[in-house]
Amino acid sequence: MSSHIAYLDGNAAAGELSKVFAMDVTAAQGKCKHCGATRRFAEARLYMEGPGVVARCCVCEHVLLRVVSSCQGVFLDVRGLTYLRFDMMG
Amino acid sequence: MWRVGTVVALHDETATTRTITLELPDWPGHVAGQHLDVRLTAPDGYSAVRSYSIASAPNTERRVQITVERLPNGEVSPYLTQEVIVGDRLELRGPIGGWFVWRRQQTEPIQLVAGGSGIVPLMAMIRSRASASSTVPFRLLYSVREPGAVFYRDELRTLSAEHRSVIVTYAYTRTVPKDWPRPPGRIDAALIRATTWPAHLGPACYICGPTPFVETVANLLTASGNDRDKIRTERFGPTGERK
Repeated sequence: MSSHIAYLDGNAAAGELSKVFAMDVTAAQGKCKHCGATRRFAEARLYMEGPGVVARCCVCEHVLLRVVSSCQGVFLDVRGLTYLRFDMMG
Repeated sequence: MWRVGTVVALHDETATTRTITLELPDWPGHVAGQHLDVRLTAPDGYSAVRSYSIASAPNTERRVQITVERLPNGEVSPYLTQEVIVGDRLELRGPIGGWFVWRRQQTEPIQLVAGGSGIVPLMAMIRSRASASSTVPFRLLYSVREPGAVFYRDELRTLSAEHRSVIVTYAYTRTVPKDWPRPPGRIDAALIRATTWPAHLGPACYICGPTPFVETVANLLTASGNDRDKIRTERFGPTGERK
């Protein structure tokens, strides 16, 4: 699908997402709404060439999350995730 | 939240790579493997943010080191490797990331695999092990273009010479030192088999490098019997400069 485009991983989005999340997002478990795979956000495929950041499922490549910063604020679209589970230990 | 760090030392690792030591009065401390973001802002307001892995071990001195490789067409790395001087102030965000980390409480054998500048966060883990006087078994497989491109060479030599130390294997991809036993080449199944912890020991594996390198090594480690859940990865962009 989009595998010919260079991608990084969820680690690279953590700085940008620290604007909106109080906790580290890379260790959070995310469930893909499309295929149901549950993976750490660090394992997501990250595409940063566009105006924002797009995270895709590392199993099925469907979009999990988008984040765009503009002069109006930070837009966060998480419609591809059933949930994000944060470990409250430590 | 952006903090201001002051450059307190500069050290060239290779012809194109420099380690920058920063002091931050309000640095909350970090864990080995984490990274930070650097923001540079031009007089016209244009700003660029790049992520760099932290190279230093956790410490109480409010100091942090990053190692930056200069990229020919980079926006940020030429400035950081050629222009920055001691006393300069940089805007930083971090520490960032809680997944690709090694904590001193971990007791399982550790397998590190670095591709090029992917050595940086793994070096923080090796330094963290040393500063904690840990005897946890560590192995490092370091894939690098040529001998001159190795980061932290002397320190790695010292750390691998000690008793119960880190076992370091170099895999040169383009040029090998004189009398080197293996011809230049990429990491393959035979090298993984010969130099990494056997899977039955249940090592935690950390792979850092460019995306194709990480994919290849993760697949090789899985094929040799390692549990996918024990493999943690961090990818650098194709340019080597993470955006």
